Amino acid sequence: MKALNYRLCRFALAATLFASLCVFPFLLPDYRVFQLTLVLIYAIAIIGLNLLTGDSGQVSLGHGAFVAIGAYVTAVMVSQDWANAYASLPIAALFSFLIGICMGFPALRLAGHYLALATYALALAVPQLLRFRGLEPWTGGVQGIVLSKLDPPWAIELFGRNLSADGWLYLVCLALLAAAMWLALNLVRGRVGRALLAIREHPAAATAMGVNLASLKTLVFGVSAAYTGLAGGLSALVVAFVSPDSFTVFLSITLLVGAVVGGLGSIWATLAGAVFVQFVPNLAESLSQSAPWAVYGVILIALMFFFPGGLAGFVTKLRQRRRAAGHALSFRQPDSTGDKDA
Amino acid sequence: MESLLYQLSTGVANGCIYASVALALVMIDLATHHINFAQGEMATMGTFTAWALLQAGMPYWMAFGLAVAISTAAGFAIQRVIIRPFEKAPVLNNVVVFVGLLVTLNALSGWIFGHTIKEFPSPFASSKWLGNKYLSAHSMGSLLVMLTMLLILFSFFRFTRLGLAMRAAASNPLSARYSGIRVSWMLALGWGFAAAIGSVAGMMVAPVLYLDPNMMSGVLLYAFAAALLGGIHNPWGAVVGGFIVGIMENILGAYVTGTELKLSVALVLIVSVLMFKPNGVFGKKIVSRV
Amino acid sequence: MNDLLVVKGLCAYYGASQVLFDVDVTVRGGEVTALLGANGAGKTTLLRAVCHAVKANGKMLLDGKDIGGCSTEKMAQLGVAHVPDDRGTFTDLSVNENLLLGAHTRSDRKAVASDVEKMFDRFPRLRERRHQQAGTLSGGEQQMVAIARALMLRPRLLLLDEPSFGLAPLVIADIFRILQSINREEKVAILLVEQNAKLALDISQQAYVLETGRIALFGPSQKVAEDESIRRSYLGH
Repeated sequence: MKALNYRLCRFALAATLFASLCVFPFLLPDYRVFQLTLVLIYAIAIIGLNLLTGDSGQVSLGHGAFVAIGAYVTAVMVSQDWANAYASLPIAALFSFLIGICMGFPALRLAGHYLALATYALALAVPQLLRFRGLEPWTGGVQGIVLSKLDPPWAIELFGRNLSADGWLYLVCLALLAAAMWLALNLVRGRVGRALLAIREHPAAATAMGVNLASLKTLVFGVSAAYTGLAGGLSALVVAFVSPDSFTVFLSITLLVGAVVGGLGSIWATLAGAVFVQFVPNLAESLSQSAPWAVYGVILIALMFFFPGGLAGFVTKLRQRRRAAGHALSFRQPDSTGDKDA
Repeated sequence: MESLLYQLSTGVANGCIYASVALALVMIDLATHHINFAQGEMATMGTFTAWALLQAGMPYWMAFGLAVAISTAAGFAIQRVIIRPFEKAPVLNNVVVFVGLLVTLNALSGWIFGHTIKEFPSPFASSKWLGNKYLSAHSMGSLLVMLTMLLILFSFFRFTRLGLAMRAAASNPLSARYSGIRVSWMLALGWGFAAAIGSVAGMMVAPVLYLDPNMMSGVLLYAFAAALLGGIHNPWGAVVGGFIVGIMENILGAYVTGTELKLSVALVLIVSVLMFKPNGVFGKKIVSRV
Repeated sequence: MNDLLVVKGLCAYYGASQVLFDVDVTVRGGEVTALLGANGAGKTTLLRAVCHAVKANGKMLLDGKDIGGCSTEKMAQLGVAHVPDDRGTFTDLSVNENLLLGAHTRSDRKAVASDVEKMFDRFPRLRERRHQQAGTLSGGEQQMVAIARALMLRPRLLLLDEPSFGLAPLVIADIFRILQSINREEKVAILLVEQNAKLALDISQQAYVLETGRIALFGPSQKVAEDESIRRSYLGH
C-alpha cells in the first residue's frame, strides 16, 4: 500500500508540475518564454543523446549535426512550400533517423574515444556541407533560411493575456517533450532498455545471451538521431531562422555537456542538463565578458571531478546515504518509522 | 600533367603536416588509450605564442624555438594537472574533460590573442632557391621542417634511453614500473612532445590557413583520418596515412569535389576506412569486436 | 647468509577483499626460497605486494632497510627484479630492447652493453632473435627474455612468478638449470613462486607453503618435501 501511495504522490507531483509549466506563457514576458522553449528543445535533443550514450554507452560528439539536419529539413520544407510546419516535424525526425542508422553502422566498429572522434568528424563536416554552393538554392547557403513564426491556431486567453506565437510554440514543445520523455522512459524500462543496459555493462555477455548487438546499437543510434532531429525541426520553427553557423561543433559539445551534467542514463535529469546549457553560458558571460567559454570549459572539468555522475548521480548518492542512515536508525530502534523504500 | 604533379607535391607537403599531427595523436593514444581532442587547440595556442613573440620583435627561428619549448612545458603541465586526475575515470568522463580542455584552450586563445584572423609569416616565402614549379617555397620549406622533425622523433625513440623508456611505458606500463621507469612522468612527457609537434605543425600551417582560434580543426580531422588509415596504434603507419590523406585531399579537391567540401571528404574517408578496413591499411587489431 | 628480504605481518587487498593474512616470509641472501600453494592462494599477490603493486600493509625490510613506503619504480633501483606470471614482456619491442630496459636504472652503460652479450651467451637461442619483436617469440623464449631482462638489473633479489607455466618439460628443465647456475654463480637470491612443487623444492633451500592467504608450513625444503600433507597434496605420493 505504501508503494501505491508513493507512486500516486509522484504522479500527482508530476501532473502539478506539468500544469504549472503550461501556465508560464501567460505569466512571463515573451523573451523569457522563448528562452524556456529553448530549454525544452535542448531537453528533447539531450534525451536523444542520453539514449545513445547513457544507455548503450556510445559516445557522440556529433549530435549537433542531427539538430542541423532536422532544422534544415523543416526549414527547407516550409520555405519551399513542400509541407506545412507541423507536418515537417515528423519528416525531420524520420530523415534524421535514417541518417542516424547510416552513422550507426560504421559506429559499431568503434568504441569510446574513436566513436567520439568519428562523430566529431560528422559535426565538423555538416556545417561545411550546409554552406556548399551546390545546395544553395535550397539551403540558402551562408545566408541560411528565414521562416515566419507560427501563430497559435486558436485564440486562448488566460490571466488576461492572449497566447502569443512564442507562447504557442512553447506549449507545442512542452507537449512534445512530455511525449518524448514518456516514450524514452518506456524504452528504457522495457525489454529494449534492459538489453541496452546489458550492452553497456558487459557487451560480451549480452551477445552470449542472444541480444543482437549490431541491430540494437544501430537502432538506438537511429532513434537517438530522430529525437535530436525533432529538436532541430522545432528549433527551426521557434527561432524562425537557420544558418550553417547555428550548428557548429560547439552545439554538439553543448548537448554532450547537457547530458553529462544532468547525469547519463537519467531521463528526468535531462531537464536539469538543458537548464544548465541554456543559462550557464549567460552566467559565464557575466563572470567573464571576454572568455565565457573558458569559464565554461573549467566548469566542465570541475564538474567531472566533483560530480562524475552528474546531477542524477549526485542525487542517487544522496538517496543511498539517506537510506543507509535510515537503516542504521531502524536497526537501533525496532519500532522506528524506518522503511523509506517504496 | 604539370598541374597533377603540383597537386601531388603539394599533397605531400600538406600530408607531412597531417602525418605529424597524426603521430602526436597516436603517441598519446598508445600511451594513455585516450584520443587527445584538444590536440588542435594545443597546436593553435603554440602558434599564437609564436605569433606574440614575433610581434614583440623576436627573430623568426628564435620565436619558433621558444614557442616549441613553451608548448612542451605546457603540454607536460596539462597532463600532470588536468588529465592525470581522471586516469581511472570512465571513458565518457575523460571525453568530457578533453572537450572541456578543448573549449577552454580555444576560448583562452581568443581571449588572450583576439579572434580576428591574423597573418603568420613564413620564413621561406622569400627564399629563392626553395620554390620551384612543383612546390611553393613555403610548401617546400614546410616539408623540410616537418621531415626533419619526424626524423628527430624517430631517432629519439629508436636510439635514446629516454625514448626507449617512453615506448616501454606505452607498451606495458606495469613492466615498465618494475624496471624502474616512472611511467606517469613518461606520460606527461608524451603530452609535452605532442604539444610541441602540434605547435610546429601549426606554425607551418598558419601562413596558409591564417591564424585564428579555429585554425586547426580541419587539420585535426585529417590527422585523425590519417591515424585511422594507418592503423590507429601504429605510429609510423599514421605518418604514411598522413601522406596518403594529404595527396587524396589535394587530388580530390582539385579534380572531383572542389575545395568547399574538403571536410566532408575527410568524413567519408573516415567512415569508409571504418567500414572496409577497420584495422587501417597497416594496422593491428584495435576494433572492439562486440 | 644474512636475511635479505624480511616480510612481517603482511596483509594484502584487492579492492575491498583481503587476500593475504598476516604473512611472514624471510628470504636469505644468495638462497633460493620457494613459495608453494594452490591457485588463488595468494602467491602472486605476495610478490606484487613486495613490489608495492597492490594495496598492502605490514613490515618489509630489504637488507635491514625499511622499504614500506617505496614506490614500485624504486624497487628496481634497490636491486629487486620481478618477473611476473605473464612474463611482462614488452611485446612491441625487440628482444635487444627488452634486455636494455631491464638495465634502465643502471648508469654504467659499457657494462650494460657487455652484460647484454653475456645474456646472449647464456641464452644462445635468443641471440639469433635479438632484433625480432619479442611478442613473436615462443613461450619458452619469452620466458628466457623475461629472466634475462630481470638479470640485466644485476639484482640482489629475483622475484620469479611461475616460470614453468605453459612450457614444455624440456624447456622447463633448461630454464631451471639456468636458474640454479644464476643462483650459484652470481649469488642472486631468488624468491620462486611455483605450482610445480617438485621442481621448486629440488632447487630451493627454504620453502613456504601458502594456503588461502596464510602460511601453512615453512622450513628447509627437504623437510617440507618430506612432510606428509605436502607429499599428498603437491607431490602426488
